[in-house]
Amino acid sequence: MENKKKLLINVVIAIVVYAAVMILLNSGLLNRQMRSLITPICTNVMLAVSLCLIVGFLGELTLGHAGFMSLGAYTGALLSLNLPFPPYVSLFIAIIAGGCVAAVAGAIIGIPVLRLRGDYLAIVTLGFGEIIRSVINALDITGGARGLSGIERLTNYNHFTLVFVLTLIVIVVVSNLINSRHGRAICAIRDNYIAAEACGIPVSRFKIMAFIISAFLAGIAGVVYAHNIGILKPANFDYNTSIEILVMVVLGGMGSIKGSIIAAVILTALPELLRGAADYRMLIYSIVLIAMMLFRNSNFNAALIEKKNLKAMQKLQKEGK
Amino acid sequence: MALLEVKNLGISFGGLRAVDNLNMSLEKGSLVGLIGPNGAGKTTAFNLLTGVYRPTDGTITLEGSSIVGKTPSEICKAGIARTFQNIRLFQKMSVKDNVKAALHNQFQYSLLESICHVASYKKKEKEMDEKVMEILKVFDLDVYADTFASNLPYGKQRKLEIARALATDPKLLLLDEPAAGMNPNETAELMETIELIRKKFDITILLIEHDMKLVSGICEYLYVLNFGTELANGTPDIVLNDPKVITAYLGE
Repeated sequence: MENKKKLLINVVIAIVVYAAVMILLNSGLLNRQMRSLITPICTNVMLAVSLCLIVGFLGELTLGHAGFMSLGAYTGALLSLNLPFPPYVSLFIAIIAGGCVAAVAGAIIGIPVLRLRGDYLAIVTLGFGEIIRSVINALDITGGARGLSGIERLTNYNHFTLVFVLTLIVIVVVSNLINSRHGRAICAIRDNYIAAEACGIPVSRFKIMAFIISAFLAGIAGVVYAHNIGILKPANFDYNTSIEILVMVVLGGMGSIKGSIIAAVILTALPELLRGAADYRMLIYSIVLIAMMLFRNSNFNAALIEKKNLKAMQKLQKEGK
Repeated sequence: MALLEVKNLGISFGGLRAVDNLNMSLEKGSLVGLIGPNGAGKTTAFNLLTGVYRPTDGTITLEGSSIVGKTPSEICKAGIARTFQNIRLFQKMSVKDNVKAALHNQFQYSLLESICHVASYKKKEKEMDEKVMEILKVFDLDVYADTFASNLPYGKQRKLEIARALATDPKLLLLDEPAAGMNPNETAELMETIELIRKKFDITILLIEHDMKLVSGICEYLYVLNFGTELANGTPDIVLNDPKVITAYLGE
């Protein structure tokens, strides 16, 4: 029952993290800047985990994740600004609707995915993200470049429980999916799509499915984002944002949910924590990125992995005898 | 009625006629070899049978129904599984998951069940695990269940590919050069394995092979291709002594 043990460990980690943040919040140990970091960390975790589904497990490179996020954010914000229901009911509807609108966009972008791979797909999704931003910029209903303001801040640090639960849901959805028939099909497509097709896996359907699920989750993250900062501007969703999310996934080890979560937390917190270093903070941030990538591909790291593999093989041989 | 009936099968890539007028008839339970010199069109024939290429002419019928124009995954569902000449495993997945992925169509549950991990999911997954271990045991791969496929030695990777193909519960198994790159001992072991799975899983096997010891050792019937056309067919002792076949392999 190794699975049960793993599950138990994850539950304990989740409870400890939640309790720690709650204690820090309520004891007043955190200053304003630190408190305001809590929700962005959670949204970035959601975004990184959802992108991990496409980049890490489906194995396709996309640069338009901020596009899905912005669709969710604007849909959610417009709904909660205009719906006559109590705030939390509106927020609930906003979350579902934001996810759905992003999912529809995911299905649309999923279609060229069937024809394109690798760098070509990356360019198409980059263009797609920019189109969404430009359209939002041009429409009246979204407030154009001025943006939307006055969104009730229902997901800021005062509502940590809600944000935390949403983040957990996103993580659980992706990790459960990966350990299922559908997730295995997605991973099989990544490893060898010709063999996957020959094993009876309808490749096209699963590629679109991965895009839809990923977009839905990014849409939810967008709604949470909108209700945290209260003001939406199209400029917040340019391709820099997409790339930042991609960096989290790559840094987290592509195809590791835990890695994505840790990378999202560190990379969101790092620039803010480095504010003390003022002029040098972006420099340090970049150097940390480069150093981590170098480490991942270093001989030292390779030796570590080899050692681990060797141990596993030796264990196998012992059991074999 | 024959299990697989191929009539006048042909495909052109522009001006190149890769396979021309191929006729085959496979009886249920038989073990048939498809041989020929390099570039004869053997793998292309496999690709036609599994839907990777769409034939320009001819018909393919499996148990009386046509499979021309179906996608590879639909053909797999219909009952044809294959292995590849250059091994195509799911490298970053465990040995167990490689086989499990091939059980995709046999143990079904919905996306919602996948996401929520409800009781029915757990039950199906358990059944899958049992089935996977049963298949892996046949190939002596059960000790490697949790190893990455890419970490297996070459011969075992070949075996895993056959195991994965068998997991789709095929009626017809296509093996594309199963003994390529194997030493004589491994080849002998492979021959035993092929005989074993044929009996145990009650399937028909069509294989491409260059190793004549293997071909003459286990095949009951042979088709010989040369330059895309059928050169000869018959039982191994007749075909392999046919002067036409010897000329095609060795030259005048």
